[in-house]
Amino acid sequence: MTLTHHAPPAGEAPEADRSSHRWAGAGALAAAAVGLIAVTALIERPHRSGASDSAPGRTRRGLARFGKHDVVGRTVTINRPRADVYAVFKDPAQLARFMENIHKVKRTGDTRAVWTIAGPAGVNFDVETEIVTDRENEEIAWRSVEGSEIETRGKILLRDAPAGRGTEVEAVIAYKAPFGEIGRAIAALFQKEPAIQGRRDLKRLKMLMETGEIAISRNHRPTSQGD
Amino acid sequence: MRALTWHGTHDVRVETMPDPEIMNPRDAILKITSTAICGSDLHLYDGVIPGVLPGDILGHEFMGEVVDVGPGSTLKVGQRVVVPFTISCGSCFFCEKKLYSACDNSNPVAKQDISETLYGHAVSALFGYSHLTGGYPGGQAEYVRVPFSDVGPIVIPDHLEDEKVLFLSDILPTGWMAAENCDIEEGDTVAVWGAGPVGLFAVQSALAMGAHQVIAIDHYPHRLELAQRLGAKTINFRETSVLQALMEMSGGLGPDAVIDAVGMESHGFALDNVMDTIKQKVGIGADVGHALREALMAVRKGGRVSIPGVYGGFLDTFPLGALMEKGLQVRTGQTHVQRYTHELLKRIEEGELDTTFLISHRLPLDEAPTGYANFKNEQDTWTKVVLKPGGV
Ligand SMILES: [Zn+2]
Ligand SMILES: [Zn+2]
Repeated sequence: MTLTHHAPPAGEAPEADRSSHRWAGAGALAAAAVGLIAVTALIERPHRSGASDSAPGRTRRGLARFGKHDVVGRTVTINRPRADVYAVFKDPAQLARFMENIHKVKRTGDTRAVWTIAGPAGVNFDVETEIVTDRENEEIAWRSVEGSEIETRGKILLRDAPAGRGTEVEAVIAYKAPFGEIGRAIAALFQKEPAIQGRRDLKRLKMLMETGEIAISRNHRPTSQGD
Repeated sequence: MRALTWHGTHDVRVETMPDPEIMNPRDAILKITSTAICGSDLHLYDGVIPGVLPGDILGHEFMGEVVDVGPGSTLKVGQRVVVPFTISCGSCFFCEKKLYSACDNSNPVAKQDISETLYGHAVSALFGYSHLTGGYPGGQAEYVRVPFSDVGPIVIPDHLEDEKVLFLSDILPTGWMAAENCDIEEGDTVAVWGAGPVGLFAVQSALAMGAHQVIAIDHYPHRLELAQRLGAKTINFRETSVLQALMEMSGGLGPDAVIDAVGMESHGFALDNVMDTIKQKVGIGADVGHALREALMAVRKGGRVSIPGVYGGFLDTFPLGALMEKGLQVRTGQTHVQRYTHELLKRIEEGELDTTFLISHRLPLDEAPTGYANFKNEQDTWTKVVLKPGGV
């Protein structure tokens, strides 16, 4: 049911070739942001039927899909209690701190939010999501609402790590490209990038929660001294 | 500020660069008083380390005076500090286990991808090195930005001059950890390949840890002489058959522990080599890793192998059989500098360890390019170069 690195379907590849990394990041972030959402069936049956091992379905070798959705996922251990991690995922302002291409997150209802994602050439696009599952300190699952430009679902699962090592945070993102120009471009990119973007976002979250800051190696701000 | 920047193979320049600023809460800014050129800087100089970009500021062995701090720093303006070359957060799984050089949180996220692909896991950050290790501007400059300044830097008492403590930044803890990784027992013979700065400090450390004898192996006469002055026996591999000599000098047993302080030679870590090897097109040159192969052959059965020497890629014809059949133990890694700085500072203060013997040349920062050229081409006599941004 999984795939992260299969070849794009014929006809979509040229879009990917022409696209900039920024496109990729934006598209991926759509998945990561809207994402953190889950394909319902995937959540309920995280292991493929007939599997002979206990590995997550997304680690299956070779080309695989879950229906029309692609699924990526990543687990990271954060040296903080579950409640602290859960609180960050419930706070839109915090999400925007570690998710690279999220321009802003606006609450539009109790369980709904609009994510503004930085797109290419300064173009932003919006994705509206609703929370479909919310179990305190355990799970948050979201999906895009009807009519969204991108159809995507995702979830965050929180578990205690062994021996006081903190919290295991598992993010699973599923996405299906819509039709249309933008959709095709994003679809092609999705096949390459959500795994990278999701991984990077989780690492930034870990840095933020464990150290209070996100590592940056440049030693001065771009605005100063004309750099 | 003035800073030593990299522009290509054998092309380093002192240029005017933007002054560093506080970028994160736990940062501090130092005014550099002393900074050294390291053997691993020569790998950058030779252009064999991937991920070094024109304009990068080099230098990972430095100390100075605190001139600015972020709100999360525990340092105070005016303090003199030595800074570990490894950048560590102090609060991740690895830092809590004192595996500081494995820190998860110091290498910026976007720079972790390549090492994650090459090694299976992303490496932590180092100052003034490759962008694979974060691309943090180094300390061969008038000023430097120090992240996680509440974890790494060690405050130096006023009565200890720079040259007594500068090497706490890298080579002294690196030599010390190399010896510690030998688990030295009474009666042990320890053989050290490479009598460069790290090898010499490993000799000194192994003797301090109670080795019965330490044997240094090199071909530069002056370096061997320095090793002898520290109390080591020596083997000049240009004149002597190393394996035979080590057996004869250890009662026919072989050294109980061996230290490879040579590491990859000048063409080991080129990314194209590494990638070619991945593609199984080209192997890495056969002489790379010669010291390690010889060390594995020399060490006695059940002996300990310590590898402070730096490797980045793959090694052809690695004597894995010797490792397994003799039941060897191997310990290696970038130095967990923060683990050792306090203990080693104390030993320096008490006069137990002196590291100043190593310094052969002192230059103003503006003459750093001369320092690089001579450190590379005159290895026998230019044993260690210290740069003084404030003037010599
Ligand atoms: Zn060094
Ligand atoms: Zn750490």
